[in-house]
Parts: sequence; structure tokens; C-alpha cells
Amino acid sequence: MIHLSDVRKAFNQGKSNEFWALKGIDLSVKAGKVTVFRGPSGSGKTTLLTLVGCLARPTSGRVRLKDRDISGLPERFLTDIRRSTFGFVFQQFNLLKGISALENVMIPAYPLGVDRKELAARAHGLMQSLDIHAKAQSNAEWLSGGEAQRVAIARALINDPEVIIADEPTANLDSERSKQFLGIVETLKASGKTVLMTSHDPLVCDTAVVDHVVSLRDGELVEAR
Amino acid sequence: MRGWLNKQRNLLDFSLSSLSRRRGKTLGMLAVYTAIVFLLASVMLFSHAIRREAATVLAKSPEVLVQRMVAGRHDLIPARHLDAIKGIRGVQSAEGRLWGYLFDPAAAANYTLMVPTNPRIEPGKVVIGDGVVRVRSADPGDLMSFRAHDGSLVQFKVESAISRDSALVSTDLFLVAEEDFRRLFGIAPGLFTDLAISVRNPREVTKIAEKIDAALPDTRIILRDEILRTYESVFDWREGMLLVLLAGSILAFAIFSWEKASGLSAEERREIGILKAVGWETGDVIRLKMLEGLVVSLSAFLVGYLLAYAHVFHFGAGLFEPVLKGWAVLYPKYKLAPFVDELQVATLFFFTVFPYTIATVVPIWRAAIVDPDTVMR
Amino acid sequence: MLRKSDGFLILSAVLLVLLGGSFADAALGLSRAAPALHAKAEMVEKLGLTDLVLFTEARYTRHPSQADLHSAFQDHPFAMDHFPTGSLLPPPMPRGRP
Repeated sequence: MIHLSDVRKAFNQGKSNEFWALKGIDLSVKAGKVTVFRGPSGSGKTTLLTLVGCLARPTSGRVRLKDRDISGLPERFLTDIRRSTFGFVFQQFNLLKGISALENVMIPAYPLGVDRKELAARAHGLMQSLDIHAKAQSNAEWLSGGEAQRVAIARALINDPEVIIADEPTANLDSERSKQFLGIVETLKASGKTVLMTSHDPLVCDTAVVDHVVSLRDGELVEAR
Repeated sequence: MRGWLNKQRNLLDFSLSSLSRRRGKTLGMLAVYTAIVFLLASVMLFSHAIRREAATVLAKSPEVLVQRMVAGRHDLIPARHLDAIKGIRGVQSAEGRLWGYLFDPAAAANYTLMVPTNPRIEPGKVVIGDGVVRVRSADPGDLMSFRAHDGSLVQFKVESAISRDSALVSTDLFLVAEEDFRRLFGIAPGLFTDLAISVRNPREVTKIAEKIDAALPDTRIILRDEILRTYESVFDWREGMLLVLLAGSILAFAIFSWEKASGLSAEERREIGILKAVGWETGDVIRLKMLEGLVVSLSAFLVGYLLAYAHVFHFGAGLFEPVLKGWAVLYPKYKLAPFVDELQVATLFFFTVFPYTIATVVPIWRAAIVDPDTVMR
Repeated sequence: MLRKSDGFLILSAVLLVLLGGSFADAALGLSRAAPALHAKAEMVEKLGLTDLVLFTEARYTRHPSQADLHSAFQDHPFAMDHFPTGSLLPPPMPRGRP
């Protein structure tokens, strides 16, 4: 579904502190599977995730999404693709403080002009299926780590994307919560979603639900299985 | 179309949520902003109304007034000047006026003494304005006495009071007979305060004024036009108090905008990043912030203006009274006729709502063009 | 539950109606003030008045249109204008005439 060929990414290009986060990655991500990017911090896995998820563009190389080259598209089109294709669950969850969990879930759908009632119903449904419906009216900053993550997952799903991208999903969770998260991943996979994660947590990498593990080190592919 | 409308309403919902999240800041901003609009609108409504009132009321004031100047000061004018003026072609009538000021030690107030010619006041009688009635608590039939120029006592019996409705032109008037006026101040017959002239053809006023000036070089001429012009510029923006007020407001507004323009907090920056990461376009973020600005500025404008309207036209512009009164003892109790200039209101709207909205958008625009992947770092 | 945007729109609508109402109120008030304005204008004509009684504190502010040019300084060249009115009122404004 997503193909990367010879993708490189530099930060601060042309300056004295120039840094190459990715040094030529060739990779294919298959639809309907769960893929994990693993590697120590600084290995470039998060950068890879931002490129795949259309949050950033590669410095060189190509990113193809369903046979469409998206590496050269302007920001506007990228936003459009990002909105319809990807749902993000960030490491810090990045919920907006001061507003309710429910409203946090609905935010990605606002610019699409969805009817409010319909949207609220959809958000309620998602929160119900993720078992955090009881916290719908709580403000985001009052939620525990596990709850915040499930709100973030509901937010990622509100526009019904094909691909869910999660950055270090278990980094802030205990084992119990991590298992719960993997259970959610399983239901997502069962419903036909493609899931992409970064992690260096063995608990995640060695689970049955994970189909592929891609190992990275110093911006290069080490191993893919 | 439906989708577009839904989108705007969703954005409006969210911008209201954002504003209520920073409740203290929002309310404070709203309060200051409303106060600025209130102040500016009050001044604007008041000054416009008083100018229009002056123009309406003074439309029939004397067409031409001739004052005698001696050594740069206004002096009494001899009656022989009347004959010279009556000889000028185009002059319909000319008559001497007697008026001046009388300080009343009992009330520490200054009255305007005048000798009306139509109808005449009987000697020993006086017709007083509403303000005089108030400071002296005088009723018709009461006696008022003053010391004349030579120390002798002059006594007046209050005949009637002028209605409060016309207080704006008459509150300090003290209308007396010619004999009493001359006796009070020791002005010899044949001398007047100034001369009032009416002209046959209003279009010739300037020409006749020039002729009078040529015939009587020791005089100064005041045209009705100039009286009206004087009032056109009362409470003009250049007058000290208003300039201070205006400068203060503009300064406050500038500080406001500057705070907005430079004070984009890390928190706000992070939020913009999140919004972009979850699929908002730069345009959506800007629209959101514009709505926030619009909500604040529109509410502030509407509330501020409505309060100002009520203040000026229904509560007698109470806040301005100390300023207008100055050191005066006599002050008219008047209710301004509500002359409102819609164009002026529109201008105020434009100059309060738009700059603020723009000021909120500029920094956001700078922040909103950053790459969305910053939230992942 | 009332949507926030609905709440705001309703509030704005109410305020806008009040704004319209203020114009209507002004028009009404003006027509009500017409007789009084007329009476004042008549009094001005009859008595030959030249000024509004806005500021009675000094003679040049009681009749600003009749005051000497720069009359605030007429008593002494260095006499500061200490009446507050002086900051609300310009000196008389003759048109370019001798």
C-alpha cells in the first residue's frame, strides 16, 4: 500500500548542524497488516513515521501511496490525504486541554463540514467501543494515561482512516494497559485497518498481532521480517 | 453549501470553546475592549448630537453682529454707528443689543443679562432662566437685589421663569428692562454692547460685511455662519481633552494588538501543531483564530456601543458632566436630542472590529505555516 | 443542550436587534424632541441669542462665538487658560475675512 524507495531526510540542511535522520530507506507497508518500526531512540523511526503519514516530506527519494507519488505534493494536498487516509496517536497523546474528551475526539472532523449531530453520534459510538464513554464530558487534562490514549485513538478514528499511525504507544503505559492497547490493535486489524507503530518495547514487537517488524539503526534499515 | 455552513458552525463552536478555556484572559480582554468602545462611542455620540443640536437651534441667530474693538478688546459701541450701517444698501434692519454678565455673590454664579426688545420687560421686573431659578431657589414674585455700579441697590421682582425645555440656550438668562440694565452698569444712553443686523438677501451677507468693515474700521464683524462654524468644531478631535482620550484609547488598543501580535504562547503554538497534525489546513487554523477575534471584537463593539447610546441619550451623559461643568456653578439640565449619524457608527465599527481581528490573525498566520511534524518531535 | 455557536449567534442576534432598536429609538426620540428644538430655535430668534449655555465658567466660554480671538489670553499674555472648557473648545473661527 505504501512504498518508500531510497528515502532520505535531513534536518537543518546546509547548516553546520546538518543531520541526516534517514539515509536511504526502501520499504513496503502492506494494507491490512500491523507493522512495527523498532529501534533505539535516534534511529530515525519516528522520522520515518512522519514521512509515511504525510506529516513531512522526504529530502530525497519517493513515497508512493497506492501508486500515487506523494513526496512532491504541496502542503494543501498532503493535508487532504493525511486527513482522509491517516489517523494519528501521538506519544504524548496531544489532546487539547480545557475542552471535553468528546470535543477532542471530534476536532479532526470539524473542517470537513460534518453535521454536528451526526458527528457527535459517531464520536459517542467510538468512545463506547473503546470503553471510555463514561469520560466523554471530562476535560482532557483530568484523564489518566490509559484513558487519554483511548481518547486519542478515538480521535484518530473519527474520520474513518485506512491507516492508523501510533508513535511509541506503550511508552507511557504499564503492562496491563499495554496489553489492553494491543487488544485494541487487534480489533482494528480485524476491521481491516492498516496499523503502523514505532516501538522498542519487546511486549509489542513479539505479539502475535504484529505481522511485520522493521528494525532501524542510525537511519538505515537493519532487518525486516 | 450545507457542508460549508456546518464547517463554519463547527469552527465557531470550537473557537468559543477555545475562548472559554482561557476564560480570565478572554473576559479581561472583552471588558477592556468594551470600555474603549464605550468611551469612544460616548464621545462620538455626544459630540455629534451637540453639534447637530447647535446647528438646528442656532440657525436663526443674528445674521450679522458688529462689535467695537478698542485696543484689542470688545468695547461698547455708540448708536451713531447704527446710522452708518443703516445707510448701507442691502441692510434690512439694525438695532443695538444690550447684554453682559452679572456676578451674583449670593450664588457665586455668573448670569447672562440681556435686554429683550420683543416683548419688552417692564422696569423692575425680571424673567429668569431655569438655572437661576435653581441656584437662587427663586419663584415668581420673589425679589432679587443687586448692587449697581455706583453702590446703590437695584431690586428686581421675578416675573416668570423660562421653561426647562429650552435650558440649553437659556439656563443662565436674566432678562431685564433697558432702564434697569443701564442703571445697573452705568451705561449711558446711546451706547450698546453690540449691533445686530439683518440683511435683505442672505447671499449678500459677505459683501455687506465687507462694506461695514470699510465704513467702520474700529469694528469686528461676526456672521451667523461663523457662529455655526464655532459649534461645528466644538468637541473636535483636536481639542485637548478629547485628544488625550483618543490617544489613550489608541495606545491601549496598540498595546492590546501588540500583546496579541507578539504573545503567541508555546501552548498556543503547540495547539496549532496538533490541529495541523490531525488534518486541519493552515486556512482552517487561520479561520478559527479569525472567528475568535471576531467573537471578541463584535461582542465588544455591540455591547460598548449600546451602553454608550444609553449613557448619552438616556442617562444624560453622566460621565462627561464633571468635564463639561468645569468650574461652572450654573449648569443646564438638558436632554440631548438623539441625533445619530449612521455613517459615524459604521466608521467606529470598522475601526474597532477589523484591526483587532487582523491583529489576531497575523501571528497565527506566522505560526500556522510551520510543518505539522513538529508535534512528533 | 444548546450548542455554543447557537448561544453566541442568538446573543449576537439579540444585540444586533438592540442596535437596530437604538436607531429606531433615536428616530423616535428625534421626532419627540422636534417641538422642543423648535421652541429653542424660536427663543434664539426672538432674543437674538448667539450661543448654547454649555460652559458658564468664564465669559469667553459662555459665548464662545462672541469671544475675542484667543480671548483666553486676553487678560495677560502669560495667563494660562485654566478652565477645563478651554480644552473642549477651539478659539472662534472667522473665515478668511479682514
